[in-house]
Amino acid sequence: MDVMEKLEILTASAKYDVACTSSGSDRKGQAGSLGSTAAMGICHSFAADGRCISLLKVLMTNACVYDCAYCINRKSNPVRRAAFTPEEIADLTMQFYRRNYIEGLFLSSGIMRNPDYTTEQLIAALELLRNVYHFNGYIHVKAIPGADDALLSRLGLLADRMSVNIELPSQESLGVLAPDKSKISILKPMGLIKDRIKENRSDIVNYNHAPRFAPAGQSTQMIVGASPDTDYQILNLTEGLYRKYALKRVFFSAYTPVIEDSLLPSLDTKPPLLREHRLYQADWLLRFYGFQANELLDEAVPNFNPLLDPKCSWAVNHREQFPVEINRAPYEMLLRVPGIGVRSAQRIVKARRAGTLDFQALKKLGVVLKRAQFFITCKGKPLEGLKVSEHTLLRSLMSGQQLAPFQPPQYEQMTLFEDHNLAALPAAEGWAGFKKGAEA
Amino acid sequence: MFKPSALAYTYDGSFEGLLCCVFESYTWKEIPLAVHSEGEEQGLLLESKWIETEHAKAERVLKSIPLRISPEAEELVRLGFWSCTPEKEMLLLNFLYLGFKHGRKIMNMLADDTVNALMKAVQQLRREGHLYLGFVRFSVYGPVMAAVIEPQGYILPVIQEHFCDRFQNESFMIYDQTHGAALIHEPGREAIIPLSGWIAPEPDEAEEAYRRLWTGFYHAIGIKERRNDRLRSSLMPKRYWKHMVEMNGSNGVPALAAAQRKKALQPEPPKTIGPLPASLRQTNNHT
Repeated sequence: MDVMEKLEILTASAKYDVACTSSGSDRKGQAGSLGSTAAMGICHSFAADGRCISLLKVLMTNACVYDCAYCINRKSNPVRRAAFTPEEIADLTMQFYRRNYIEGLFLSSGIMRNPDYTTEQLIAALELLRNVYHFNGYIHVKAIPGADDALLSRLGLLADRMSVNIELPSQESLGVLAPDKSKISILKPMGLIKDRIKENRSDIVNYNHAPRFAPAGQSTQMIVGASPDTDYQILNLTEGLYRKYALKRVFFSAYTPVIEDSLLPSLDTKPPLLREHRLYQADWLLRFYGFQANELLDEAVPNFNPLLDPKCSWAVNHREQFPVEINRAPYEMLLRVPGIGVRSAQRIVKARRAGTLDFQALKKLGVVLKRAQFFITCKGKPLEGLKVSEHTLLRSLMSGQQLAPFQPPQYEQMTLFEDHNLAALPAAEGWAGFKKGAEA
Repeated sequence: MFKPSALAYTYDGSFEGLLCCVFESYTWKEIPLAVHSEGEEQGLLLESKWIETEHAKAERVLKSIPLRISPEAEELVRLGFWSCTPEKEMLLLNFLYLGFKHGRKIMNMLADDTVNALMKAVQQLRREGHLYLGFVRFSVYGPVMAAVIEPQGYILPVIQEHFCDRFQNESFMIYDQTHGAALIHEPGREAIIPLSGWIAPEPDEAEEAYRRLWTGFYHAIGIKERRNDRLRSSLMPKRYWKHMVEMNGSNGVPALAAAQRKKALQPEPPKTIGPLPASLRQTNNHT
């Protein structure tokens, strides 16, 4: 089998892994070696599905001893199998990197024999790349649950980022769909990586040249839509992972049916892209906007509304906190206004030092007034001519145009006024109360 | 204060030249209605005044920016000059009038039309520069590498540090076809030089093989159930595709370059990258 064929097989097997970010590590180039890393991450291309291509994302091998129901590489699935040698991986990485096709390597693998053996193979490939080929670019490597602590520690010293896939959002779903994996076996390496990173931080303070252990931290991903877990469960889990394991990112992957299995959604199921999008929006709210999971969802409303983004949804349910005065509200409160993002909030804080802001000024700063107008005042006054009727509010807040990129054209047009969608919106009398709030 | 005068300034198109326009404007306390660079199409009705570029004058203006406004303002003015915003000269002139009047406070006046327009132009330049950190595609010709780009803004100075640091052991060139300039780097020295009409040589076998592998990877990594051309085009606008091997549909040989090459064969042989001319080796060297 030639390298081209291997590359195609082992890329196709790796493509369902979502993370392709190259951020979080900031390392200058070095004399005698090739490459550097940039803290903000760099996208080198975008695939036909619109996802960023930053790293050469391949499996070492797609042969696997496990039989996870959702996975294309499961033991019982009759697909073509292939394996790279460490030399082939190192050569492809170096050659692609030199031509500026990629930011680095994302190496993962099916389980060969057992987790320890697999980890040793990953170490062999990365050692070749780092120590013989002197590759100084970004490396993201998968930690294999169940591998020996000492091996995982060695792996982490070679990589910028490590990740352990949590795979599914709950122990029950794991039990059903991934019988070879358990919550404990997944969380154990995560804990180990977290501790090593922490130890390493203090080593670096003491010894300037201490080798860096996964300087870009660790991430994880879970599949959304293969199991009956709710958005609330997923978001709570996400929040817990950020807190307990100090993860840099949690990725969500809309389940794309790859194999027929009685335990899974049928093969003609479309990937729940809109749900994935809402989860990412909520993830952003957790990481950059100071929200907590239980503010966004609860047992009573456990799933996001497809028509309203999570922030709008929160805002219309907390009308008592609005309107906020743009010229005085603290930064944290500005961040909670629909239509104001991190950038606009920062610009507002900066610009209001130089003078009071009106609605015209806000527009220039990049505030999306279409949504923000209902929640803000400038110099104590709401936007002139603002009509707060149930109809205009709904129409202005609902995601229409912005969602288009997340709904591939082959999809049926979503009917905006389907009953179950409307039922989830706040009731009509709620709007009247809000109207008073906006005018007060 | 200054009075607007029915004048247009014409300068040589250099950054120093523009600074001399500022000097001129302050000397005569006049605000021109337009500033043109040499050779650019001009409004017909305005009397035009030629502004000579003098290093000493430019230096005085440049030094006063960090002193009387702020160091960030100096960076903003430099970047603004490289942006592709229409009538950038008047924009920069207006920004400096405001800056010298208000001092460092100007950097917070984001809602002011002039400041806002300049910030937007610079943001666009920075964004394009960032995109090109990823979209530059080198071809390897033995010991040297070369890439062709066609940016809207003059981004070579913006991406210079990144590429010279990342590929510090390599000899490479990034040729900006739009602005007729090239970033050239050899271990230990780097420079941006004027260059036009350069045509990439034919790829050798190894180069073609890696282009094919990369294109193969590109097609294998997409998930067809999620295909979304609109999203892709919004993140990677089509104007960048021409020089990206995986996107121009020819397995690496840009269709247009191939056509140009045919044409170019008759009049003159394409230039290849040689060593840096001796005169350039001392200039602009930050290592």
